[in-house]
Amino acid sequence: MRIAGRGLVNRDKPVSFTFDGRRYDGFAGDTVASAMLANGQRLMGRSFKYHRPRGVLSAGSEEPNALVTTGVGPASEPNVRATMQEIYEGLAVRSQNAWPSLDLDLMAVNDLASPFLGAGFYYKTFMWPRKFWKHVYEPVIRRAAGLGRLSGGPNADAYEKAYAFCDLLVIGAGPAGLMAALVAARAGADVILAGEDALMGGRLNAENEHVDGQPGHAWAAGVVAELATMDNVRLMPRTTVTGVYDGGMFSALERVNQHRARRGEGAPLECFWRIAAKQSILAAGALERPVAFANNDRPGIMTAGAVRAYLTRWGVAPGKQVAVFGNNDDAHRTARDLAAAGVHVAAVIDSREGVSMEGADFPVLRGAVVCNASGRKELESVTIRTAGGEHKIQADCLAMSGGWNPSLHLTCHLGGRPTWEPDIHAFVPTPGAVPGMHVAGACNGTFSTHGCLAAGVAAAENALEALGRKPEPMDLPQADDAPYNLKPLWSVPGKGRAWLDFQNDVCVKDVQQAAAENFRSAEHMKRYTTQGMAPDQGKNSNVAALAVLADATGRGIAETGTTTFRPPYTPVAIAAMGAGGQGKGFAPERLTTSHAASLAMGAPMVEAGLWYRPSYFPRGQERNWRQSCDREVGFVRKTVGVCDVSTLGKIDIQGPDSAKLLDLVYTNKFSTLKVGKVRYGLMLREDGFVMDDGTCARLGETHYLMTTTTGAAGEVMRHLEFVTQCLHPEWQVHLTSVTEQWAQFAVAGPKSRELLNGLLEQPIDNDSFPFMACGSERLGGVAARLFRISFSGEHAYEITVPARYGAALFDLLVARAEALEGGAYGMEALNVLRLEKGHITHAEIDGRATAGDIGMERMVSDAKDCIGKTMSERPGLRDPERGQLVGLRPVGAVKQLTAGAFLFEAGAEARRENAQGYTTSVGFSPDIGTFIGLAFVMRGRQRHGEVMRMVDHLREIEAEVEICAPVFVDPEGGRARG
Amino acid sequence: MRIECPICGSRDRREFYYRGDAIALARPAPDAGDDVWDAYLHLRDNPAGETRDLWQHEGGCGAWLVVTRDTVTHAVHAVELASDVKRAMA
Repeated sequence: MRIAGRGLVNRDKPVSFTFDGRRYDGFAGDTVASAMLANGQRLMGRSFKYHRPRGVLSAGSEEPNALVTTGVGPASEPNVRATMQEIYEGLAVRSQNAWPSLDLDLMAVNDLASPFLGAGFYYKTFMWPRKFWKHVYEPVIRRAAGLGRLSGGPNADAYEKAYAFCDLLVIGAGPAGLMAALVAARAGADVILAGEDALMGGRLNAENEHVDGQPGHAWAAGVVAELATMDNVRLMPRTTVTGVYDGGMFSALERVNQHRARRGEGAPLECFWRIAAKQSILAAGALERPVAFANNDRPGIMTAGAVRAYLTRWGVAPGKQVAVFGNNDDAHRTARDLAAAGVHVAAVIDSREGVSMEGADFPVLRGAVVCNASGRKELESVTIRTAGGEHKIQADCLAMSGGWNPSLHLTCHLGGRPTWEPDIHAFVPTPGAVPGMHVAGACNGTFSTHGCLAAGVAAAENALEALGRKPEPMDLPQADDAPYNLKPLWSVPGKGRAWLDFQNDVCVKDVQQAAAENFRSAEHMKRYTTQGMAPDQGKNSNVAALAVLADATGRGIAETGTTTFRPPYTPVAIAAMGAGGQGKGFAPERLTTSHAASLAMGAPMVEAGLWYRPSYFPRGQERNWRQSCDREVGFVRKTVGVCDVSTLGKIDIQGPDSAKLLDLVYTNKFSTLKVGKVRYGLMLREDGFVMDDGTCARLGETHYLMTTTTGAAGEVMRHLEFVTQCLHPEWQVHLTSVTEQWAQFAVAGPKSRELLNGLLEQPIDNDSFPFMACGSERLGGVAARLFRISFSGEHAYEITVPARYGAALFDLLVARAEALEGGAYGMEALNVLRLEKGHITHAEIDGRATAGDIGMERMVSDAKDCIGKTMSERPGLRDPERGQLVGLRPVGAVKQLTAGAFLFEAGAEARRENAQGYTTSVGFSPDIGTFIGLAFVMRGRQRHGEVMRMVDHLREIEAEVEICAPVFVDPEGGRARG
Repeated sequence: MRIECPICGSRDRREFYYRGDAIALARPAPDAGDDVWDAYLHLRDNPAGETRDLWQHEGGCGAWLVVTRDTVTHAVHAVELASDVKRAMA
């Protein structure tokens, strides 16, 4: 029910929205909760476990009851707090966790079964038969209990991530936060002011108070207006600071466009911020605590502060007959505000004795409590217990206040524990819990407006001092300084269920039962009862639950201790945290210069690290990849093939000490390599295992070009930087990654020189350009580098040009190759070609192989030290029982080999302990006419000729294989030299 | 967490690659013996308090850094260029 002339909503801007398909009218500035209350709609949700009808409890982000789903289809968002969702024209809101409807929820039968659904019920009730848990009990329980559901469809909404930097982050825009921001901003500091609410001002917008002679909300608006004009201030409304991290880092969620129907092309719904702040001020306010009494979850029962907020901020009377129940002076303030707005106050029930309330024109009961409530979907009456007995009074709304809990959560995110403050019967932040954070106002237990303003100034002054700035002198605005008089009241004894955690349906008796079953620690009680484990993380209820636990275990609250607060302070959508990480945003794509040409030729692409490389180039009648692959292998073996090998890492090494570096990082010598020559090199880790292999060319006396495998390029670069910076900073050597600067192509096959000689300005022959030569050449007016190296075992070259010429050169090379009855080849053919030669890849050097395992122990030079040499000499790494690299051919009826299969001696049972080795790579060799493979086999080099059993347990394939040398084609290597 | 790179300034930890204990700077001689090599490669203290680690500003200038920090408070006390530290060891 809207009250004329009250509230900060814009009465000139009516806004309509729907709830469960029914139209509701509100005004700009309303939340879903305020607009529904204005329309007299109390029922907003069903509870998690018992499906109890629920109305709104609070007016802020701590709301446990009024969870709704907004939007439709894949863009729908579950578990939106109605208290936080601003209404806009066309907003569609749905209730959740109710079937068939919110009004008639058949799952409410759970409420009748509640005696069986208490704390730990699923640990006790559904134990037998054992297998029923997975297929019967759990699915049923999960369907019955719960919150909103995801649509299951992909969400097209845009989310963003962003970084921000400031001198001072002020968290909370109530009186303390506004005052702190103002003082810091006027002193010239870069300030970010983050407030959860759309409207800055905090409780100043919700209370009937004056600051500096103006209504509180007007004073707040004035401060915000001044801050908005300052270049050194960034105002971030609708932004919840959700986490505190090391080194002054904060996470924050900004609900950028959740309040708008039209969002603009690509505009984000939410933005997840990481804020780096030199100093911070926490001014997050306090949360009012309910009182536990029987049926205290009835729709219409809400916190007193929420009742005042709806009254003052939104001009809404939450009921026609409002009873007020409390253990502190806020009860009286609430009753006065209601009466002043013309709302009937049924009674004030104050649990304290002897409290005076002068001039009240409503009944005030002292030393009394509310002990029960009636009315299922709407509150109808409350039962009051006094010294004289119990009686009912009619009320459709109850405003309750059990006092306030400082919102100190963020001070605990770095491991700090709060301190129990007996004067206010609440936890307060422990000083110094977060380095550089100053705590001000209600979140520090200072509850009067005057106190908050003063604390804001003091916090800002402390932050400015740390920043090396001086505050300008400023008069503190005049404000209310009422004392906070409270006598603790956590729960009202009596029959029936009294709710603590509304969101997870945890009652006083559940906590008492946990204590009775010896779950006495706060952390155990929490997990046994699920107290505080719902999305609201027990913001309303944790302290009261601790109080009940403390009482049940005969300890004090301070001694009982708290559970741990962790980020996020409020729920954050994964879509916001992972913004930019959907689809292709998940990983960067690295494309070669021949990418477009490969796609145009119909090549399917395969990922190699972040790179995309062509698998094969299908032609005409070919029906499967094997036919294409076999043909491409044939190009290289018979005519000429062209393959883009630009993805190999290329590291340019220059400086007088380049040779020293290479001698240290490679097992073999590079200082003896002649200019104009290339050498194969093997690199170990310091623990003696193989890190990577590749070729390295000496382009000049002090200039080398190293290539790495595609996958290890980053690791090798980092390793070289480590050696040059951390082990030998005295060396004069400089490293540059040039992988992306050069496009490089393999030209391989008997006709490779013929192809190149049609292009090079200076033709080459075997004398001018023998095997393992390198040099500068020119083609088409472009400087190129040519290397005579071979991964395929054929007469082959790699030619490299600046990347901007890569696409043109690839087209040219492929056209020339096709004219010579060859063509492009892809990764499948490349793999077969290297398998036929027994060349290793990271399938073999997988981090567990030594130089000896791969048959390269002689590459570890005796004449010098190298990284990994000492440790490679450990006996265990020289053990002949280690797996040694061998070749495999099928010799039985089954001709298929698979990678990852185990090898067993003929007749041995195919069990793990009998395994003699395993296969690493396999492929079909058109030259051999069968599958071939590489494997590591114990003492493998002495076992050539032995027939073993290959068993792939996963794919259920068995084959007889013969162990052989790991070179299948041209074992003498004459072709590459010819 | 932020690290003050001596070359680039204060940067988010996501720009850095973490390697481990700064003992890696003190590579033993080839003939130092098994125990010394074992200690260099494998044996690590796990202090509650000050620790010195090697990080590389891989997403920035590429400099290897020795970061002195506290494993209890997570405070970063000092960041030095590893090359400077290594030169000083000589």
